[in-house]
Amino acid sequence: MIYLDHSATTKPAPEVLKTFQKVSMDYFANPSSIHSAGSESEKLFKSARKQVSELLKVLPEEIVFTSGGTESNNLAIKGIAYAHENRGKHIITTRIEHPAVLQVCEQLEREGYEVTYLPVDQNGFISIEDLRSAIREDTILVTIMHVNNEIGSIQPIEDIANLLRHYPKIAFHTDHVQGFGKLPLPYEMEGLDIVTISGHKIHGLKGTGCLIKKRHISLQPLFQGGSQEQSIRPGTENLAGVVSFAKAMRLALNHQREYQRIKTLQQKLYEQLSNHSAIEINSPKHGAAHIFNFSVLGFKPEVLIHALAEKDIFISTRSACSSKENEPSHVVLACGKETAAESALRVSMSMDQAEEDIDLFIKELFKTIQQYENIMG
Amino acid sequence: MTYDHILVRYGELALKGKNRKTFMQILKRNVEKKLSDFPNIKVKAKRDHMYILLNGEDHEPILKTCEDIFGIQSFSLAMKIENDEDQIKAGALEALKLENGRTFKVTCKRPNKDFPISSQDMNQILGGHLLTNTEGWTVDVHNPDVELRVEIRHDATYITAKKIPGKGGLPVGTTGKTLLMLSGGIDSPVAGYLTMNRGVEIEAIHFHSPPFTSERAKQKVEDLGRVLTNYGGDVKLHVIPFTEIQQKIFQEAPENYGMTIMRRLMMRISERVAKERDILSITTGESLGQVASQTMESMHAINEVTNYPVIRPLVAMDKLDIIKVSKEIGAYDISILPYEDCCTIFVPKQPKTRPTREKVNEFENPIDFSKDIEKAIENMETVTLSANESQVEDEFEDLL
Repeated sequence: MIYLDHSATTKPAPEVLKTFQKVSMDYFANPSSIHSAGSESEKLFKSARKQVSELLKVLPEEIVFTSGGTESNNLAIKGIAYAHENRGKHIITTRIEHPAVLQVCEQLEREGYEVTYLPVDQNGFISIEDLRSAIREDTILVTIMHVNNEIGSIQPIEDIANLLRHYPKIAFHTDHVQGFGKLPLPYEMEGLDIVTISGHKIHGLKGTGCLIKKRHISLQPLFQGGSQEQSIRPGTENLAGVVSFAKAMRLALNHQREYQRIKTLQQKLYEQLSNHSAIEINSPKHGAAHIFNFSVLGFKPEVLIHALAEKDIFISTRSACSSKENEPSHVVLACGKETAAESALRVSMSMDQAEEDIDLFIKELFKTIQQYENIMG
Repeated sequence: MTYDHILVRYGELALKGKNRKTFMQILKRNVEKKLSDFPNIKVKAKRDHMYILLNGEDHEPILKTCEDIFGIQSFSLAMKIENDEDQIKAGALEALKLENGRTFKVTCKRPNKDFPISSQDMNQILGGHLLTNTEGWTVDVHNPDVELRVEIRHDATYITAKKIPGKGGLPVGTTGKTLLMLSGGIDSPVAGYLTMNRGVEIEAIHFHSPPFTSERAKQKVEDLGRVLTNYGGDVKLHVIPFTEIQQKIFQEAPENYGMTIMRRLMMRISERVAKERDILSITTGESLGQVASQTMESMHAINEVTNYPVIRPLVAMDKLDIIKVSKEIGAYDISILPYEDCCTIFVPKQPKTRPTREKVNEFENPIDFSKDIEKAIENMETVTLSANESQVEDEFEDLL
């Protein structure tokens, strides 16, 4: 099987799964229980938090463990919006965010908030000038993703943080789900306030993830219950999940050096696919190495996906969270490529993707196009 | 030319006549131990300075570590240069370019009188050289942003810019060892820290009363002990099982004298442990007037059972100042965790704030604690707390 849908999800690393199993069995006691079994669980929980804080170079109390990207994004955006509704109701985001950001913003619009959706250029990049001029007196939050999940464009998070540090009343959140383990951010940086990280995109398990939340930021919790995670995210700690997530993070950061190698695979895709007359490339040249988006003009993307799946090659249309809607990609559309948006396809690689996988994919893709060209065209 | 070593200035130890050599050796050992994560560095102890040769290691974390070592008055990043006018000029220029600021001053010292140019002349020469070859810098001899120090010694010339204050005090291990009564509150770790400041090495003793005190309370004490290892070497923690003794006091002594008798027993046990381990003093976190057991009368009654020196570094300190130190050394957040310690259970409703020696002896004498004391000491557990790695993490290493 050639799996090229790593931006949708990844296969758990065996070590991660082993940790999950062992912790589930040996440390099942509730970390909040006062007996010694609970105390052992709590010790392990603290060690996991400490490891994560050291990996990210932030304080242990700046980490809130969650169930993953969607929850983290919801918690960050609604958490800021509801906590500061008396100060202002204006939010700035972009047109190419993941549905877990866009739909939260749309929900807030229905509740009386105003949202500015920044445009992107044809390569999928926002401009700092646009952001600067969108800032208003009543702006409380800027949420801009790091690496786009469909085309891999990388937003200038450091520049944005440098701009926003002069606006201490505006919180800056970034959805870092596709960037973590590939393109590190200076998490400790002033101006970068809230960061979403997900476990299952980095060979961790579904249902794991975290939010980095700087000390000066206060969030309104999404639900009420116990006092876990400083009451920001109540509920019995998912200890096995958290420990396995800490391990997945460590492994992901160890694999980060493979990024340059993946870049060469992407270049190969770029060169070979752009030579094909029916293919248009949607990913920017200077985007993230592991995501490659293209359109085979005139082809319904689903047809190609199914045809390749028969050969045990798995790619996807766009975001798994929006791919079931039969609509063009909102990201590719935002880049001003209307035709391409109808037929966008995504190849997303893991940090240990073999070069042969890519060679075989290209070969089979070309063969498939040739085979169905007449019918589709 | 870049910064290639750290110049460490000794504090008080420079004054300590005959012991000086031992002091230097102990400081050198402490520094080496604290910096064992940096395998390439080399520490050289000279008569009046110590050098940490970086050999390519990143200086930032090493500077940070030096801030926590007792016995260091101040330290600076430094470059070593040959005793040659042109090379000194070039080095000084390089050093200034690495600094932020607008005004500077050159302070030259010349312990090596063989060097042909006097320090006054050298100040002039270097100042002129720097003004000609930089932009935006001016000289301010009174209140400069950057003071460039140039020391022309016999072996070489050393240039430093920023002087970072160290902790001062004496190197831990130069003035003997004390047994710290470590409870888990705010005071005792601060008492330990302040004693270390005077060069004293620490062993700690803790009284554990399961099931009245929990494993978490013991863990907390270990964590506090580990905080202290940041400022000295390893800390041995002796944990005394104290439940039976406490129960016996509770059952057989009048309630309002229970606290005083308990403290006396702790002191007796501590003295025994100290004696067995050749430790010559006991340190406590007592401060006058904080709680019922810490009145002058109380201290008088408790102190009767030992003739060992009892060091009470906090005795004259305000609580707020104690908290300030506790926060500075990173103990506060651990100390305030809400776990019971053995002093907070069995608290009588009305503890005697003015106990007398006569009364306490009258109540205590009929009760025979000698076997209980023997048993408690026999069952004492000792753990060695280490600065570099936390045992917690080792335990979970394969999971994480």
